[in-house]
Amino acid sequence: MSGLMEEMGARAQRLGVPFSVQLDLTYRCNEQCIHCYLDHHDHGEMTTAEIKQLLKEMADAGVFFLTLSGGEIFLRKDFFEILEYARALTFCIKLKTNAVLIREAQAARLRDLGVQSIQISIYSHRPEVHDAITKVPGSLNRSIRAIRFLKSQGLKVVIANVLMTQNMDDYHGVRALADELGAEYTLDPTVTPMMDGDRSILDLNVGESALQRVFRDESLVGNAEEFCAPPHALDEDSMDSTPCSAGHTACYISPYGEFYPCVQFPLSCGNVRQQKFIDIWRDSEQLKEVRSIRLRDLSSCSQCAHGGSCTRCPGLAFLEGNMRGPSTSDCERSFARTGIPSANLLAKKDKVSPPRLVQIQLVPAITGSRLSGLASPVAAS
Amino acid sequence: MNKKLYVARSPRIAARQLGEEMLIMSAQGSTLFTLNPTATILWQGADGATTLDEIVERRICSEFDVNLEEAMRDAETLAEDLARHGILLVSEEPIINRNLVLQEQH
Repeated sequence: MSGLMEEMGARAQRLGVPFSVQLDLTYRCNEQCIHCYLDHHDHGEMTTAEIKQLLKEMADAGVFFLTLSGGEIFLRKDFFEILEYARALTFCIKLKTNAVLIREAQAARLRDLGVQSIQISIYSHRPEVHDAITKVPGSLNRSIRAIRFLKSQGLKVVIANVLMTQNMDDYHGVRALADELGAEYTLDPTVTPMMDGDRSILDLNVGESALQRVFRDESLVGNAEEFCAPPHALDEDSMDSTPCSAGHTACYISPYGEFYPCVQFPLSCGNVRQQKFIDIWRDSEQLKEVRSIRLRDLSSCSQCAHGGSCTRCPGLAFLEGNMRGPSTSDCERSFARTGIPSANLLAKKDKVSPPRLVQIQLVPAITGSRLSGLASPVAAS
Repeated sequence: MNKKLYVARSPRIAARQLGEEMLIMSAQGSTLFTLNPTATILWQGADGATTLDEIVERRICSEFDVNLEEAMRDAETLAEDLARHGILLVSEEPIINRNLVLQEQH
């Protein structure tokens, strides 16, 4: 982040301005990605008129950065009507899409409307891997074709590559593809729980050794020695700082109007169908609680060796049951990066595990290599 | 500059007032700018139909203790600077269709 951007973010926080909002226009999607955290059924999306009213309220409240995401945003028939209205309100707009519905005409329209950037999910440079993750044959080729259309219009494209067991060996290929297409590249090495708290998709996360390889790949992290250097604890000055921008200068609105501190922080703070955006932003008791948290309040993190360099996500901590607690997936990342366990991981290790009731799924008699995959324990309580 | 200049905000920028300053992001190059309160007034007056000297006379000289000649010099420099970064359109004719002006510039 540039110095000016940081300064503006700090000023927005001092002024209590919701500087940055992600608005999901739909949860419907034309891909069915295996790691997706959303329920794709439509439970009553906001209408065009409701979204326009919300955009007006957000502009009046001072929102500058607006991310339009989903689900797949181009599935909304009124997408360009919404985008045009948002641009007339002079938001700085980033789109998140799989891009399979973008052709030349849509790319030209996006350029004319002055969209700042378009983030597109690409999981592999190999169709058989990417399409197996999206469950849509031909989806990689369609996304790549769309990127070419967007680049030919001079638009900024960012390829987002989520890493999971299915594509863990392909990120160099995706990066080379991004270079070839003139797109920027970003890698996210973690799969997060579903919005409803279901953690089953976490099984897709890459293992510790793969994560270590990623964190030591200098083509990604720059100086690996520096990146993986031993952590430093929080200093006294940092103790009174806030954990992240969620609820302070940023928030998230679902297609149904639910207001959350962040897309990854499913603590409902109100609904914009019932209250004005600014009233929720200023008066929500839930947001006030989120804003009251300082690093010194975090139960185990404030004493952790990683405190000064951790990327702890309060939303993931909330999903684990305590917004003031640790986020284990971030602890695991810190451990993979430095080799030093967090206070949370040490406490978990020290706990004496109660006897576990393990149920072994009965499987038909099978032979060979399939055995190890199918005969694993399936439930424990 | 002796000619009348019309100025208009580019349709390809994002802008929002933050405190007393105007925050502007140009789509071209993703560059972030901030305008001070005086420049913000000029920016807000840049509707494509009002000339630069009218904006300076009506909106800046009436608000601040500055003489017209000096304010015009500063405003012209600022307008040129903003135009160079693609966030303000400048023309000797009224600017009605801002997208058209941008296409002609390309």
